[in-house]
Amino acid sequence: MDLQTTIYLFVGASFALYIGIAIWARAGSTSEFYAAGGSVPPVMNGMATAADWMSAASFISMAGLIANMGYGGGLFLMGWTGGYVLLAMLLAPYLRKFGKFTVPQFIGDRFYSKSASTIAVVCLLTASLTYIIGQMTGVGVAFSRFLGVSSDTGIYIGMAIVFAYAVFGGMKGITYTQVAQYIVLIFAYIIPAIFISLTLTGNPIPQLGLGSTMSGSDISLLSKLDQVVVDLGFGQYTTTTAGSTLNMFVYTLSLMIGTAGLPHVIMRFFTVPTVAAARSSAGWALVFIALLYTTAPAVAAMAKLNLHATVNSAVMKGGDLYAADSSIKADERPDWMKRWEKTGLLKFEDKNGDGRIQYYNDKTKNADAKAKAEAAGWKGNELTVNADIIVLANPEIALLPNWVIALVAAGGLAAALSTAAGLLMAISAAVSHDLVKGVFNPNISEKNELLAGKISMAVAVIVAGWLGLNPPGFAAGTVALAFGIAASSLFPAIMMGIFSKKMNKEGAMAGMLAGLAVTLFYVFAHKGIFFIKGTDFLPMIGGANSFFGITPEAFGAIGAAVNFIVAFTVDKFTKEPPEHIQAMVEAVRIPRGSKLVDGAH
Amino acid sequence: MDDVSKGYWSATLGLLGKILAVWFVVSFGAGILFVDVLNNIKLGGYPLGFWFAHQGSIYIFIALIFYYAKAMGDIDRRFDVHED
Repeated sequence: MDLQTTIYLFVGASFALYIGIAIWARAGSTSEFYAAGGSVPPVMNGMATAADWMSAASFISMAGLIANMGYGGGLFLMGWTGGYVLLAMLLAPYLRKFGKFTVPQFIGDRFYSKSASTIAVVCLLTASLTYIIGQMTGVGVAFSRFLGVSSDTGIYIGMAIVFAYAVFGGMKGITYTQVAQYIVLIFAYIIPAIFISLTLTGNPIPQLGLGSTMSGSDISLLSKLDQVVVDLGFGQYTTTTAGSTLNMFVYTLSLMIGTAGLPHVIMRFFTVPTVAAARSSAGWALVFIALLYTTAPAVAAMAKLNLHATVNSAVMKGGDLYAADSSIKADERPDWMKRWEKTGLLKFEDKNGDGRIQYYNDKTKNADAKAKAEAAGWKGNELTVNADIIVLANPEIALLPNWVIALVAAGGLAAALSTAAGLLMAISAAVSHDLVKGVFNPNISEKNELLAGKISMAVAVIVAGWLGLNPPGFAAGTVALAFGIAASSLFPAIMMGIFSKKMNKEGAMAGMLAGLAVTLFYVFAHKGIFFIKGTDFLPMIGGANSFFGITPEAFGAIGAAVNFIVAFTVDKFTKEPPEHIQAMVEAVRIPRGSKLVDGAH
Repeated sequence: MDDVSKGYWSATLGLLGKILAVWFVVSFGAGILFVDVLNNIKLGGYPLGFWFAHQGSIYIFIALIFYYAKAMGDIDRRFDVHED
């Protein structure tokens, strides 16, 4: 069977499975639609959370970015897992005890103010929409390769499927489908990694393979990779940091608190039966996430090595990387390169006209590498590989069997779809439940409330798809911006709502607004107002990364700090919250008396 | 606030403090601030600091959450505020 048919078969079968499950578990009520009736056991909830959480950014984009960044890419690994420790201890059990099913509802009740809840809706929408842009970028990459179309067309197809899929199910359907999607995506991620680790190191466990020696030699895989990339003028793999140590520190912190503040993740902990289950659920979620996250660095390093080995035969054989016949002949390049060239995400240009592909860092500061390249008559790097394709192309680069390549395509789509569906749920709950029912029209019927939710999903998909055509960065980078926004606005407000009995509505509202405003200001200065190209205003803030060299993706932690400071300052000068709110906070802190979630205000 | 809930809350905060300290040390400490020093030590083919950033911190995070869930369960029962 040829590759394209195998891919259709795997993707088709996995979609049939999801749709079957969605029909079987269809939601009957709003409570089932938004919180699955509070009836999902912790292990299964953990698996669904993992699928919800691990998006196109984790599956498709992250390992590619790590391959590019080396050690510095660890900020994604630590940031996107460490947040679960915060979530498990600081938010999940208390929000579960509180017993409502959206984040704005908690903020509105705890800060006894509809304005506070409306501000929370605005923060939630900003974060979720940015997040979906990242997903759409990833979906575009996956579909473009899978159907052999341009990545723009891929995004249009992705928009249609994501929408049809999310509107259909509701939270209960989504939860059970996500369990299936988790299983598909984790197999799709790990199986090629096992193959590749076995070939390169003889060790089938990628986490151990990454720390092993290369098969048939006594040099470790990481030192080999370090040698090759340094020789070609790239930064050393195991030590290159992301910007500066300070930037890496705040970037990691932003991702961690952003994780804990993302509404579609928090919502997950409303679907478990008890407070105790909310605590362990986060642990189970992290177990399932860690399976992928500890494999990712192995995929990254090994794919990078394999990619260099493909275009330069001296990588594996040893010898001079700059020798004339080491670089691969252009017309002998493998089929997978030709397939990816069609998507526009991999480009080859024969700059020195020698009919061979030279892949190296032509902007290197390494004088040694520069001299060697010039001596060899290399006229600039000839191969451009978009970081977002590394994972999808990985099994092809390693020449694995067709069914593995097909499985990875199905896995990438599962990851993107499950997360986009979860985000659309959070958006639709915020608009229909918190905004329309909570603020504008409290007497709306259940049927119209669901309708409002579905309309808001449609709008969100269109806006995100449109912005996804001109994404502000790679899928994982765009997603990181969403975390910064959640970190600076929602996380501090929820945390203060639980841990500070005296925090009042004025403080919380001022904090959220200040945190969101300062973060958006910094992000928009770099990426354009609402990510629209050409509207950036860098000169106004004194150039790129002007705040102590911190990149906009990393700025969320600073925004969160501003949020806390403003909130406590305003709180000091305004009236303390009424008695019954303080009593409510005390009740939230204690597990006894937890009830099933309900939607009533 | 009565004495039971005061005691319960300070026990909870104590536990959180301890766990967050470990959380900080393995990620921000070993994975970022002291990575260069730790890289002088090898764990198989891994430089140790690199291992903490790309592998080790994640394993420890998992252990921390399950430890927290268990220890919180014990605290709940000690102060008799657990769910039935």
